Amino acid sequence: MNPVPLYVAIPLGAAFLIPLLGMWWKKSGETLAVLSTLVLATMAILAVGTPAMVHHMGGWTAPLGIALVSDGLTVLLLIAINVIAFLCIVFSLKYMTAYTGLTKYYSLFMLMVAGMNGVVVSGDLFNLFVFLELASLASYALVAFGVEADELEAGFKYMILGSVASVMILFAVGTVYAVTGTLNMADAAREISTKFSGAETNPALLLAAAFFLMGFGLKAALVPFHAWLPDAHPSAPAPISAMLSGVVIKSLGVYAMCRVMFHVFGFASTSPSSAIIANAMIALSVLSIVVGGLMAIGQWDFKRLLAYSSIGQIGYVTLGIGVGAHVLATGGTRSLAALAILGGLFHLINHAAFKSLLFLSSGAIQYATGTRDMKMLSGLRKRMPITAATTNIAALSISGVPPFSGFWSKLIIIVATIRAGHPAIAAIAIAMAFVTLAYYVKVQREMIFGPVRGRAESAREVPAAMYVPLIILAIVCVGFGLLYPVWGSRILEPARDALLNGAEYVKLVLG
Amino acid sequence: MTVYFLCAVLLTMGLYCLVAKKNIVKKIIGVVIMDYAVNLYLIIIGYKKGGVAPIIDKTTNPELLERFVDPLPQALVLTSIVIGLGVLALMVSMVIRLYEKHGTFDMSQISKLRG
Repeated sequence: MNPVPLYVAIPLGAAFLIPLLGMWWKKSGETLAVLSTLVLATMAILAVGTPAMVHHMGGWTAPLGIALVSDGLTVLLLIAINVIAFLCIVFSLKYMTAYTGLTKYYSLFMLMVAGMNGVVVSGDLFNLFVFLELASLASYALVAFGVEADELEAGFKYMILGSVASVMILFAVGTVYAVTGTLNMADAAREISTKFSGAETNPALLLAAAFFLMGFGLKAALVPFHAWLPDAHPSAPAPISAMLSGVVIKSLGVYAMCRVMFHVFGFASTSPSSAIIANAMIALSVLSIVVGGLMAIGQWDFKRLLAYSSIGQIGYVTLGIGVGAHVLATGGTRSLAALAILGGLFHLINHAAFKSLLFLSSGAIQYATGTRDMKMLSGLRKRMPITAATTNIAALSISGVPPFSGFWSKLIIIVATIRAGHPAIAAIAIAMAFVTLAYYVKVQREMIFGPVRGRAESAREVPAAMYVPLIILAIVCVGFGLLYPVWGSRILEPARDALLNGAEYVKLVLG
Repeated sequence: MTVYFLCAVLLTMGLYCLVAKKNIVKKIIGVVIMDYAVNLYLIIIGYKKGGVAPIIDKTTNPELLERFVDPLPQALVLTSIVIGLGVLALMVSMVIRLYEKHGTFDMSQISKLRG
């Protein structure tokens, strides 16, 4: 049997059953959420190395029915989403006991997972929009889950900006339909490449591309569309912050942007308009790297610092992908474009691992000390050795210290940027990598090392249900860097090849 | 062409309302206006003046095919309206909670977070 629809069906079913069974069975949320995310994570890991698959919903073949597609890029995202969802659920078991209404929490969490998996497997533009709305709606509610003044304000802001992004995306979907007469992504790609010989001959398609870039850019929190993120991420409960920063901005923003730009519009080909879109992506990325990095330095709230850092790091991801698109658009070599895109995707999955680890660690610290203000904490290394160690590993990894994973992905992106002929941008990327190091050194110096002071005095190590996910993610952070030859060719390279070969995607879906 | 232009005007009005108004209820109305502008846009894509309902198939009535109204955008709008309703319900419930906390709808008085 084709497992692709299960990625949506399992979490959606769990989200429906949790509140229903919750009326009689108090632990329905915990039990079903752990079980279903464990199954999903296992399925995603087992999907590595399997050939690309298409499932036609209801037996209607591609241009007529809705297709669910799983190729190399999808598998990469599915692993990130489902493994991190599982670890966040395990972390939630203890952490969320401070909140009420837990069946609602687990139900919304599973809805968010269903929406993200749906976005990633969808082969239909409107279907992608529906799943995107599902995931966004669940995340708006989860950001405001604490229902205190700050949480509500952050959730409201996030919801208003997120709705604007959704409206932009829906507008662009409508325009693509008006021009091509189809919503199937592969069919639309074929129409655009044959009938219009690329997107640039049709101004309506360029308008749609601009709207997509803005909508997905807002979901990915690229500067200048980032205003919601520094409020929303710190206000959410820690496991939700980890999900938002770790996978939501990537699957709804970066993944959807790549899929639409590369596969539907075919902007990965030699043409002036491809160069415009690639330049726009690079410009947004550089802005994000600079603004995110500089804003993070001055933060004393640990989670707020992490949120600004997310903006900067997502900039590195899109920089790699944008440089790859630019190389292709200006007729550069394919191997150089492949290198840049590999760097971007590598940083995407690295960031998913270490940023969710950092947010979960911040949750553990808040659980143990009751604060996340770095001025009130010092010497956590002595009181919470495990959490301090995992925070250190993640901080070293994200700031690009060799041999941790973040070093390799940033190195690939910067090398590719220099070889593509953008030395100035590479210089900015290197400089901001040092700024990243600077603010994580600040985190270590203020919170982890030093004499035991302030709230840290009464802190104790968190329970096992909270530190086991931290340890697993820390091992992943180290492993990604050291064991690249083992997993890179199986997970990362198929994803890169899937992104580069738009024609392959059309053939896969339409047969 | 005029209808498309008017549709764009509606979208811009919604965006203006969202950006310029301080009252959060008015902000919500701005979002809803934008949402409806796009729904209207989708309907216009498929609409034909003097068109008929698309029930007859190609083999029996080929000449009618030319006059078909495209039903797909209408199906899309139905879905989009339902999603919009969900978003609106969540927005309004959040605004009610915000009002309970602050006793005002004025965003500049509510706003404490720095963005």
